Amino acid sequence: MVHLSRWKVILLAVTLALGVLFSYANALSPAQRAALPGWLPKPTLNLGLDLQGGSYLLLQVDVDAMREKRLSNLSEDARQVLSEAGVGVSGIVRDGNGVVVTVADPAQTNAAVDALRQLLAGGVGMVSDRTVNRAGDDRVRYAYTDQALTQMGPTAVDQSIEVVRRRIDSLGTREPSITRQGAERIVVQAPGESDPTQLERVIGQTAQLTFQMVDTENSLQEALAGAVPPDAELLFDEQGNPYLVKRRVIVSGENLVNANVTTDQNNRPAIGFRFDGQGARRFGETTAANIGRPFAIILDEKVISAPVINSAITGGQGIIEGSFTIASASELVNLLNGGSLPAPLTVEERRSVTASLGADAVRAGQIATLIAFAGVLVFMILSYGGLFGGISVVALLMNGLLIIAAMSLTGATLTLPGIAGLILTLAMAVDANVLIYERMRDEANAGRSPIAAMDAGFNRAMVTIVDANLTTIFAALIMFWFGAGPVRGFAWTLSIGVVTSVFTAVLVTQVLLAFWFRVARPKKLPIAS
Amino acid sequence: MSRFWPLIKLLPIKTNFRFVKYAKLFGSLSLLLVIASVFFTVWPADNKCGGLTCGVDFLGGNLIEMSTEPTPVDLAEIRASLEAQNVPDAQVQSYSVPGSDPTGRYHAMARFGNIEGVSAADTINRVKAGLTEDLDAVQFTRTEAVGAAVSGELLTNGIMALAVAIVLMMIYIWFRFEWQFGLGAMVGLFHDVILTFGLFAVTGMEFSLTAVASVLTVIGYSMNDTVVVYDRIRENLRKYKKMPLGELIDLSINETLSRTIMTGVTALFALGVLAVLGGGPLQPFAIALIFGIVVGTYSSVYVAAPVLLLWGVKRGGSSDDAKPVKLGMASQP
Repeated sequence: MVHLSRWKVILLAVTLALGVLFSYANALSPAQRAALPGWLPKPTLNLGLDLQGGSYLLLQVDVDAMREKRLSNLSEDARQVLSEAGVGVSGIVRDGNGVVVTVADPAQTNAAVDALRQLLAGGVGMVSDRTVNRAGDDRVRYAYTDQALTQMGPTAVDQSIEVVRRRIDSLGTREPSITRQGAERIVVQAPGESDPTQLERVIGQTAQLTFQMVDTENSLQEALAGAVPPDAELLFDEQGNPYLVKRRVIVSGENLVNANVTTDQNNRPAIGFRFDGQGARRFGETTAANIGRPFAIILDEKVISAPVINSAITGGQGIIEGSFTIASASELVNLLNGGSLPAPLTVEERRSVTASLGADAVRAGQIATLIAFAGVLVFMILSYGGLFGGISVVALLMNGLLIIAAMSLTGATLTLPGIAGLILTLAMAVDANVLIYERMRDEANAGRSPIAAMDAGFNRAMVTIVDANLTTIFAALIMFWFGAGPVRGFAWTLSIGVVTSVFTAVLVTQVLLAFWFRVARPKKLPIAS
Repeated sequence: MSRFWPLIKLLPIKTNFRFVKYAKLFGSLSLLLVIASVFFTVWPADNKCGGLTCGVDFLGGNLIEMSTEPTPVDLAEIRASLEAQNVPDAQVQSYSVPGSDPTGRYHAMARFGNIEGVSAADTINRVKAGLTEDLDAVQFTRTEAVGAAVSGELLTNGIMALAVAIVLMMIYIWFRFEWQFGLGAMVGLFHDVILTFGLFAVTGMEFSLTAVASVLTVIGYSMNDTVVVYDRIRENLRKYKKMPLGELIDLSINETLSRTIMTGVTALFALGVLAVLGGGPLQPFAIALIFGIVVGTYSSVYVAAPVLLLWGVKRGGSSDDAKPVKLGMASQP
């Protein structure tokens, strides 16, 4: 040990330099950091939402509901296309991945198959996600493929993440983090936003816009009494007024090219929209055929308005009137432009902290850390004297530097429990020094020369130090695997702290003691009795 | 040089306490405490969390924290406001904020379930609107809502984490020491974990994710402490082949005592600062860790080491059993 190997000194110097390089930026103000040349690394600690304030939302993508909706749409599609083709249908029943259509006249079964096959249309070389098969004399099966059904979930989650991102961006939230968690969950973390209500309202809305005809052939009264025709549905508007609406969707939000805030003739806020070619054509055809009848504009199963068609609308443009305010109209415009969610999202977990509460926590953490550090410093010097105690304090300082550098470099998040982890690390770091010193003292008291005592002290203590710290690392890793949010922050801080503290306690102590030994050539260890 | 370090002179360098002599007494005491802790943790059995006060993390539900500065907070008024909204399972308590409100004069926390037939978001909005109306000036500093599915998973994960931690420690100890030690370490570990659960049950401190983290940390610390004592026992087993086991255990504990005290005191000091200054969310965490470290230190001295006497350890040159299993790091004589 006294023959201090050069590589240990170099290792120490390099680590120290790296430690300074990756932690110095934390001491600067944002303005000072910005003024630094670009090539300088300037990572800083990433504060958790509990320290800087912000909102955390855990969203569940309701894939089952979406699958259910798509499957029920199959029977609508089938009914529609078969009636257009003039095929009489005696029944449509759900069957596993799809529906089975029973044709009234078995002679028309082939015609039914052909008509349904039109629904499979895709581009050249595109494999359809649905199949049409004859399932008997008078029956045709129209269903999703197994692969399509299993793909539906993951695709919906991916699309949802995209839509949520676009919507949050439209709010102007600073640095939101949107990540997938598990198979069907999305985590949204938005720092600064102290009120999650708006965030939630904007994210949670499916924003499924559809234009459907109002059913004028059947009685609304009868429908309200329970006799809803199979091709229609009962919907309500904001005020609770009922509407009987045809299930068939004329045009949906998917055909929307652009939406914007505008005003109607009475100068009230309204929403202007423009359809793509397909949407414009379909809307034109339907309106031309239904002059004088009302159609319904429906957003997320709620009727916004049900205007009467005065003339064919062929340009693919129009405005939606309703009881909008400027704010609600622009929020809806953002939603429509951001696209609709493929599946409903439900908020499973929400947490929000105001920035001021976070700032209080940071301040308390800083004070607690400083006091704890000062206490440990005094205690070590009182216990082991200026030299040995001082050396352990130097090791502790370097440990602190390395922890900050490692956390800044890895982009780890410092949370409130993380600060507790940091403070606990202070105590654990001293443990390695204590083990080494106690061992040296034992060896010296057993009659060994200072040099032999120091060597044996290090070597023997090392076994125990590694043993003891491995147990803490195990506990921390488990917390990292199973824990969520703040607990992970604690686990990560503790793990980094354990590694750096063993490193500094052993290496710094070794190098400094070796220098001291060379210079002083002591006859007796100062910690020996 | 020696004038610089008066404190260590206060601690006798060579102690000669007869720990093992009191092992029976303390063993019975520990057993009693363990039984009591299990009872208070599990009872009442019809409660999902037993005797523990589970937070929204594990039970689901909503939590809001509010500040009424500059008027002192009136908990009764908050309770009345919640009651007027027909909010179920409402619990209101004051809490302290580090720095600006260390005594908890201006801050309160309310936990509650969802109003029947109303979503969590709407329940929270209604409660906030009601409180804003009923209280003079109120600001909401923190909102949490955890759905039933997520809280169930968090609970399962928490239990899993504890189980995995204990099993992993067992495997580690089994690799590192002979089975006699492994068993002893386990007795000590269960002792510490159960007593920490007992602390949460008896004090009614909120049992949340952070509480699980504190129990896991206690597991780490307890093992750490036990390993240090065991390392020394094993070393002394090789050194003093003829010494009776009881004496040898006493000797080993005495030899490591100054380290045990030094490390324990620094950890307690650092955590004590945190308990005093940490306020609100960190206080239970720090208190649980302080308790765990005290219990962990006690158990490695009075439980994990003396318990070896119950089943003894294999020793002597004839058997290979007493030789330590080496794990990479060689200890040189």
